[in-house]
Amino acid sequence: MITQYLLSRFEKTGIAFIVIVAAMAIFVPLSNLLLPASSPFHVPTHVMSLMGKYLCYAILAISLDLVWGYCGILSLGHGAFFALGGYAMGMYLMRQIGTRGVYGNPVLPDFMVFLNWKELPWFWYGFDMFPFAIIMALFAPGVLAFLFGWLTFRSRVTGVYLSIITQALTYALMLAFFRNDMGFGGNNGLTDFKDILGYSVQAQGTRATLFFLTALTLLLTYLICRWMTITSFGKVLVAVRDAESRTRFLGYRVEHYKLVAFTVSAALAGLAGALYVPQVGIINPGEFAPANSIEAVVWVAVGGRGTLVGAAVGAVLVNFAKSWFTTGALAPYWLFVLGSIFIFVTLAMPKGIVGTLKEWSGRMRAPRDESKAPVAQPAE
Amino acid sequence: MSEQRTAAVLYLDGVSVSFDGYRAIRNLSLVIEPGEMRAIIGPNGAGKTTMMDIVTGKTRPDEGDVLFDGGRHDLTKLDETAIAELGIGRKFQKPTVFESHSVADNILLALKGPRGPFASLFGWRNKLHADKIDEVLKITGLLDHRNRLAGEISHGQKQWLEIGMLLAQDPAILLVDEPVAGMTDAETEQTAALLRDINKSHTVIVVEHDMSFVRALDCKVTCLHEGSVLSEGTLDKVASDDRVIEVYLGR
Repeated sequence: MITQYLLSRFEKTGIAFIVIVAAMAIFVPLSNLLLPASSPFHVPTHVMSLMGKYLCYAILAISLDLVWGYCGILSLGHGAFFALGGYAMGMYLMRQIGTRGVYGNPVLPDFMVFLNWKELPWFWYGFDMFPFAIIMALFAPGVLAFLFGWLTFRSRVTGVYLSIITQALTYALMLAFFRNDMGFGGNNGLTDFKDILGYSVQAQGTRATLFFLTALTLLLTYLICRWMTITSFGKVLVAVRDAESRTRFLGYRVEHYKLVAFTVSAALAGLAGALYVPQVGIINPGEFAPANSIEAVVWVAVGGRGTLVGAAVGAVLVNFAKSWFTTGALAPYWLFVLGSIFIFVTLAMPKGIVGTLKEWSGRMRAPRDESKAPVAQPAE
Repeated sequence: MSEQRTAAVLYLDGVSVSFDGYRAIRNLSLVIEPGEMRAIIGPNGAGKTTMMDIVTGKTRPDEGDVLFDGGRHDLTKLDETAIAELGIGRKFQKPTVFESHSVADNILLALKGPRGPFASLFGWRNKLHADKIDEVLKITGLLDHRNRLAGEISHGQKQWLEIGMLLAQDPAILLVDEPVAGMTDAETEQTAALLRDINKSHTVIVVEHDMSFVRALDCKVTCLHEGSVLSEGTLDKVASDDRVIEVYLGR
């Protein structure tokens, strides 16, 4: 019933997005596993893993678009939620190494043996269970976002100030996770993973499955965010973005709306991080770096904020460009290119790729309509 | 503060507020009876908008009582959302509508009903309320524009849309700040008729500069000056008050 309701309210870009991601979820793993390497349609394992990584970024971008594009909360710390989810998965993968570590300790991960720790810290309990790790990948970022949002939204911290605090949040977490005595592997982070649910993380079949699950999660993330934005909940979010105090005088508890959106968004970002870690094989404090969060904002801006699909498109395109640039002789210039893309999009296409395409197709359909839709103006 | 002191729907007594030493409201007292229509006039800086800010919770008074609904609620202890939920609706001086929503969605968001985030996700507000929305749009003359974006309609229509949002909210008191600013004479006349109509079922407080509009409202008038009441009564009485002529209407 809910599917039907959703389907009846999808625009063309949304349907196209669902079809493409679903097709990728099915055909990329199949072609990798079943077609011979000589076939032109064969997707090599390393390409599949790279695509899986992009899709994780796409999930992060959609979650960011929910709060930035619709509610006007420019979070410059969403990478923190992504990294926390990644750490939750990393802790599970560390516990699965068991006696195969360098020191062969059945309980303690190598770095703890190295630090002369005698027993597992309490916050590592339960991470030998996969479901617990997944729940924590959602919960840890969700609870952090809830507490953070509860304190800031209630005090009516908005705009640039809020952005700066989110930036400080991820920076503080980065410094904390760099410390060895935090118990998360210090600056080496968590790596050398062996198994996930009993299957080798390196095996082709595991990689194909992980890709499939990532694509599926991307679809699910899109559907959840789409649902949240087409209900009147989403209309209130946009109202808050465009005229926050008006929304208050209308009797809405603005901070509650922000809190729900921010918490859901953080949990989804955490899930993206949890899928990311087994595919790249490492999680370290560098993932908390403020630059990562800012890059995520660039993806959303490039793709088109407030469109969801655009956020995912932007994440994939920018990261594709990044991979392409940073593997060749042009590598040192990547940050200049990224900066230029951001400036170009902000000046020439303030609605991003998808927003601009939508506008064009709308204009072609109704060439007589001179009146232009006003540009939504999210905070900053 | 909860003792029953008055039958008034809105009761301000000895209210003062200062901004950086400037006393915007000085010992202001105002009593609005249930079902009343009241026009508030006065020169710029007389404290009209500040008075509305105090009633709606945007500004906290330094001293004085602000009571709602026969003294049952102390508005100085509540925030904007809580006051709006109690039943005090406000239209701003500069028309403030949700520009990237359609006209109908603006009314939908204003409709009286559960306003929590979970109610918005799962409940009431997602079911079609086309008849209620259309009813409000009909009263405000915006029915033909229901699917246009609120940012696209004219200034006067935005003013009406905001009044329509107030209607949809169905508050006990409507605070209407300069509803005819920027309107043509014909629009002004229609707005007066609309407000008189609304007044049949709601208490209305209107802040306005336009004297012909105030005359058309045909109600009790309060003239503010330097943050307190200068004169109160029928328009003719207030308009012939020497002090009002001195500070406001001009010689």
